[in-house]
Amino acid sequence: MERFIELRGVSKIYDGERVLDNIDLAIHDKEFVTLLGPSGCGKTTTLRIIAGFVRPDEGSLYFNGQDVSEVPPYKRPVNTVFQRYALFPHLNVFENVAFALRLRGTPENEVQRRVREMLELVRLENYAKRGIAKLSGGQQQRVAIARALISGPKCLLLDEPLAALDAKLRKDMQAELRRLQRETGITFIFVTHDQEEALSMSDTVVVMANGRIQQIGSPTDIYNEPQNAFVADFIGESNILDGVMPADRRCRFARTNFECLDAGFAPNEPVDIVIRPEDVDVVAPEKGMLRGTVTAVTFKGVHYEIIVDIDNFKWMIQSTDYVGVGENIGLYIEPDAIHVMKKSEFSGLFGDYSSFSDEMDEENGETEPSADGEAEN
Amino acid sequence: MTGAKAGASASVLTEKKEKTSLGAKLLNAPYLLWSAVFIVVPILMVVFYAFSETVGYYEISFTAGGREYVCELPAAEDLTLEGAKEQAAAQAGVSLADATFTHASLEYRSGGFTLANLKEVWSPASRRAMLLSFLYSLAATAISLVIAYPFAYALSRSGAKSQRIQMLLIMLPMWMNMLVRTYSWQQILENNGVINKALAFLGLGPATMLGTSGAVILGMVYNYLPYMILPIYTVMSKIDVSLLEAADDLGCNWLQKLWRLILPLSVPGIISGLIMVFVPSISTFYISQKMSNGMIKLVGDLIESKIKDQWAGGGLNVGAAMSLVLMVIILVCTFVMNRFSDDDGGGMVV
Repeated sequence: MERFIELRGVSKIYDGERVLDNIDLAIHDKEFVTLLGPSGCGKTTTLRIIAGFVRPDEGSLYFNGQDVSEVPPYKRPVNTVFQRYALFPHLNVFENVAFALRLRGTPENEVQRRVREMLELVRLENYAKRGIAKLSGGQQQRVAIARALISGPKCLLLDEPLAALDAKLRKDMQAELRRLQRETGITFIFVTHDQEEALSMSDTVVVMANGRIQQIGSPTDIYNEPQNAFVADFIGESNILDGVMPADRRCRFARTNFECLDAGFAPNEPVDIVIRPEDVDVVAPEKGMLRGTVTAVTFKGVHYEIIVDIDNFKWMIQSTDYVGVGENIGLYIEPDAIHVMKKSEFSGLFGDYSSFSDEMDEENGETEPSADGEAEN
Repeated sequence: MTGAKAGASASVLTEKKEKTSLGAKLLNAPYLLWSAVFIVVPILMVVFYAFSETVGYYEISFTAGGREYVCELPAAEDLTLEGAKEQAAAQAGVSLADATFTHASLEYRSGGFTLANLKEVWSPASRRAMLLSFLYSLAATAISLVIAYPFAYALSRSGAKSQRIQMLLIMLPMWMNMLVRTYSWQQILENNGVINKALAFLGLGPATMLGTSGAVILGMVYNYLPYMILPIYTVMSKIDVSLLEAADDLGCNWLQKLWRLILPLSVPGIISGLIMVFVPSISTFYISQKMSNGMIKLVGDLIESKIKDQWAGGGLNVGAAMSLVLMVIILVCTFVMNRFSDDDGGGMVV
C-alpha cells in the first residue's frame, strides 16, 4: 500500500482561531479511513481541504507525492458526498448522476450506459426518472454516492453522510458503504462524530480533537490502546483515574496497588489509568480489590449499567448480574483490564461518571455535593 | 378490501381538512372582507361600467299659470339647454314667455347593456396605445431583467455586510414617492436639464431626450427595477452553497454553473420579477406623461383621459372597458409566464 493522500503540517486559521493545527496524515490506497471527533474538532475542515473547497493556511497536501494545494476541486481525483447530499433539485435521479458526464459532453449512449451502471451499483435502477424530492433520505444518499462515483474518482469523500438518517437506515447504509468501497476498490474518507459507526466501518480511524489528531489506528487499537484520556473517553465508555507507575507492570490508583501489563514509564511517573466498564468483575465486598457503594443501576438490555462510588469517584461498571442501589460491592480487576496512558492536556477532564446524566446529578447533588466538585477539577 | 380502507382513510383526511379550514376561515375573515370590499366590488363596478351605456337627459321644471311642470327630455347633440326649454314648454302647450323656469340642467344616468364601449376600445387610437404599451413594457421588462440578473447574482454572492448596504441602496429610492422620482428624471432629461447642460459645456449639441420612447422606457426601468432585483435575489440567496460546491466538485466552470444550476434554480424568481415589472409598466400613465411631455399616449394615459371626461360622451364607460381589456391582457400574460415555472409556485405572483 502506497501513500495516496498525504497532509503535511496542514493548519487552517479562521478568525484567529486554529481550527486545524499542524495536521500530518497519510492515507493509503484502497483504505476506508474515518475522521472521528466531536463537532468543531476539525474533521470536516480536513475533508474539505482534501476536496479542495478549503485552502490550507500552512502546510501542503499531496496526492501520490505531488503537491495539489493549488489544484481546484474538479481537477483532483476525488469526489464528495455532501452532508445533506446537495442533490440538484431541478434534475431527476438520472440527470443528477449524469451531471459530471454531461459537463464533459460525453456521448449520449455512453452516458446512458454509465448512469445505468452506477444506478445498479447503488441499487436504484428503477428510480432513474424519479424527482429528487420524491426520494427517501436513504435513496437520496445513494443518488449522491452514484453522482460522486460516476467520474471514477480515486477517492470518495463522505461528510457525515449518515447523520440525517434514522438508526435502522443508518445500519443498512453502513453495510452498503462498506460494500461499495469493496466493489469500487477506491479509498473512502468518511467523516463522522459517531464512534460506533467509525469502529464498525473503518480500516483506519483518525481521532481528532481541538484541531489536532489525537490518535491514528485500527478500530481495535483505538479501543484497546487509547493514547490519551480524550480518546479513551470518546471511544466507548471508560473509567479514567489518576495513577502512578511505581515500577514496570505495577501501578497504583484508588489508594490500591495493582498489577498491570504496561511498562516503559519513569519510576513513579504520574499516569492516567483507563479501565473499561465491561472489564470489571463485580464480586463480594471481601473478595474485591476495591470496595464501593452502588449509587445507580440502569438496565440496558444486554447488561446493567452500575454506577459505583469509590472514594467519591464514580465508576461505571457493566455487569449482567443485578445489584441493588445502596449495596456494598467489591470490584475485581484483572491485570490485562488495566490500560496505562501518559498524562496529556485531557487528563482529569474525562472518565468520572459523577455527572453522567441529569438524573444522577440530582441524586448526587442531594447526597454528595462534593462529588461534583471533584469532577470539575 | 383495500378500496374500503382507502375510502375510510380518505374520509378521515377530509374531516381533518374541514376542521382546519374552519379555523382558517375564521382567521381569514377580516382579509376576505377586505378583499371583497376593496378588490371584488371595484372589479365588478369596472365590469358593470364597461358593459353599460350612459344616457344624458335634460331635467327641466317650470311654472306657468299657477301650475308646476316637471319634464325630462333625452339629450341629443343638436339640442341645447335653451332648445330643451322651448321643447318642454311646447310639449306642455305653454308659450315660452309664460313659463318661469325653476330648474334646467343636463343630467346623466347609467343606461342599459351595450357592447359599444368595447368597440371603442378597438378604435385606431386605442389600438395604437395598447400596442405601444405592450411593446414599451416588454422592452422595459427585458432591460430590467438584463440589468437585474447579474446584479442579483453578485448581490447574493457578496458578504453579509455588503449585502445589507447594497439592499439599502436599492430600497432607498423607493422611500421617495414615485411621482417625485419620475418628475426628477423629467428635470434631468429636459432640453435645458442637467444632461444637456453638461453636453453644451462639452460643446455638443442639445439632445432631445424627453418625449422619446427611450425616455419612457428609462422611466419604467428606473421605477420598477427593484421589483426585478428583489425576487431574483431572494431565490438566488436561497440556493444552498453546498449545491454550488457539488457543481465545483463535479467539474463545472463558472459558466456551466450559471447555465446548468443557478439559472434553472432561479426561474421562479425571474418569473416573479418579469410579472412585477411588466404589470405596472403596461398600465402606467404617469411615467409616459412626464417622460414624453404628454407626446406619447399609452393605454394608461388613454384610460386616464377618458375617465377624466367623466360622463360626457360615456368616457367612464369607455375607460372601464379599456381597463377591463388591459386586465385580461395582463392576466393572460401572467398565466403564460407562470407556465414557464413548473415549480410548485414558490416565487409565483397572482
